Amino acid sequence: MTSMDFLMLTKGPLFQAALAIFAIGLVVRIVEILVLGRAHNYAEPRGNAVVGGLRTLYKRFHTDAGTFKAAPFDVVVGTIWHIGFIIALLLFIPHVELIESTLGIAWPALPNPVVDAITAITLLGLMAALVHRLMHPVKRFLSTPEDYLIWAVTFLVALTGYLAYHRVINPYPLGLGLHILAAEIFLVVLPFTKLTHIFTAFIARYYNGAIFGRKGVQS
Amino acid sequence: MTEAVLTPGALAPEAPATGFSLERGLQALREEMDAPVASFFSSCVHCGMCATACPFYVETGDPKYTPIHKLEPMRILWENEFTLWGRLKTSVGLGRKVTDEMLEEWEPLLYDSCSMCGRCSMVCPVGNDLQYMIRKAREGMVASGHSPEGLIAASVRAVNTGSPMGLKWKTLDVQIKHVESSSGLEVPVDKQGVDYLVLLSSMEIINFPEYLEAITKIFAHAGVSWTLSQKCFEATNAGIQIGSKDIAAVLVQRVVGAAKELGVKNVISPECGHAYTAIRWEGPNAIRQAYPFKVFHIIEVLETLRAEGRIKTEGKETDRLSMHDPCNLARKSGVIRQQRNLMDLIAEDFVDLKEHGKLQWCCGAGGGVSSNERAEELKIAAFKKKKAQIEEVEPERMVTMCATCRTQLEEGLEEFTMDIPVVGLTELIADHLVEPDEPAAAPAEETKA
Repeated sequence: MTSMDFLMLTKGPLFQAALAIFAIGLVVRIVEILVLGRAHNYAEPRGNAVVGGLRTLYKRFHTDAGTFKAAPFDVVVGTIWHIGFIIALLLFIPHVELIESTLGIAWPALPNPVVDAITAITLLGLMAALVHRLMHPVKRFLSTPEDYLIWAVTFLVALTGYLAYHRVINPYPLGLGLHILAAEIFLVVLPFTKLTHIFTAFIARYYNGAIFGRKGVQS
Repeated sequence: MTEAVLTPGALAPEAPATGFSLERGLQALREEMDAPVASFFSSCVHCGMCATACPFYVETGDPKYTPIHKLEPMRILWENEFTLWGRLKTSVGLGRKVTDEMLEEWEPLLYDSCSMCGRCSMVCPVGNDLQYMIRKAREGMVASGHSPEGLIAASVRAVNTGSPMGLKWKTLDVQIKHVESSSGLEVPVDKQGVDYLVLLSSMEIINFPEYLEAITKIFAHAGVSWTLSQKCFEATNAGIQIGSKDIAAVLVQRVVGAAKELGVKNVISPECGHAYTAIRWEGPNAIRQAYPFKVFHIIEVLETLRAEGRIKTEGKETDRLSMHDPCNLARKSGVIRQQRNLMDLIAEDFVDLKEHGKLQWCCGAGGGVSSNERAEELKIAAFKKKKAQIEEVEPERMVTMCATCRTQLEEGLEEFTMDIPVVGLTELIADHLVEPDEPAAAPAEETKA
């Protein structure tokens, strides 16, 4: 198999398969959450649950001062690499073109050197997060193989993308194919691991805000 | 009934013959799984930030006290039985199972090192309401026979005698007589059709009898019609602390029965945070029925009276006062502004703790920790966070509105030889009422009220 065959494989049937597993898996995960429902609440509300839920959905992007002081590394590094990853995913020219050809919607992209720099920062952030996970007593205590697995699949997507862009792996179709393969692994792993938090965290935040909001507390 | 209550089945009346078992515990946990729980477990990435919000972790530095870790048995059950992926894994023999040994190991984590204060629920970046899940996890612990002795004893006493401390009406009656002779006012008992049924907590009756005298004076002053009920004077609910919906329902039903019998429109929960969340938020769900009356914490009632101009005070406390918000009242019930408005009425030099209101730190005694003798050491350890907060603002006295918090503050401050008295807000208000026979009083308005 030539490197071009490999690239065509990753862009063709593997991509289709990964997308299908991702989409079906994610729908199953979200449905199996929502079908559990909630018991009827007989207590007279003090505030509005829906408003509280929607507000918390947004407000958890901000950290309260006390928590920031207690965990500045988590907040700063976590925010940086999450935002970096999302920018590289959604605002890199070839990614915007891929989304346009797949979904038919497009938006302006960022210049390549900007995305390049952001990707480098994201990679550093992810490495720092791994070191923190290995060193911090609470994180090390809580961490399971799954936590390291999802770190690895996330890191590999960003790393292979960075290497492909800089043409470090030769020939180029092999480098690009490896990046696409890494993205496919990410998509396939997502529904079966806590990578689902990318989607379910918003459901969780809504419920948290709704539970507190009903009692008149903005959480 | 008395005999039945002393058997394990009493803590789960629907199947008294079988007693506690792992299977019953797991079944109780299954019944607690809902969409919020599934979304929370799906979202946790083990960042550990909940630990930074927990006084038990912060003051011991032991990672096992990380809030999300306390829920591991419940998470395993959820993954194994409520996710397709988990069911596939268990069908081929993969994955951990929840065992009786595991629940035994988790008992101190779910009870001794958690006051269900809910602070972790406020800081989790993915939005997990951990306190909501701890409350649910305890249902499984009770049904599997893994709850602390102290809480079982309190629950049995509450069902048998009406009070978790075994207090009888006789004791309260003696206090009523004392209050009547020292205040010259009547303490109404079993009065039909009044506006408010007043509930008390046993802790308050024993440790802080001044509360009853304070509300007697304030209500006479403001012209509020109220009553105590001989049938039901206890507001706390041991069933909710230990985690038994069945016991909770029995105890709530007594309050509902007394309120209906007396035909009152409102029920007042005393200076007790737990009692308020128990009766205000959990009670109707325990009996699966909306109440035919409203429930207020005493602080809400006093604030309403203040806003209506029915409380007339004179003079102010001149020493530096600070305030401890009970978790159950502030963070878990949204009563935050009310106590501050009341403080403004009677305090000249009031300073809030830096983190207060919905982000206040727990005193360390709530959620059944104070009824669980085994947790004594952890309870004092967790208090150190509160102590540090108090040291930051250097008050001369602390004010609070929960008998459990107040007892913990008093004991904790004494343990660390800090000479800071703790007072209840209701008494403080009563101390400043304008005397009715003084010319400053407005008799016309009072009779109208």
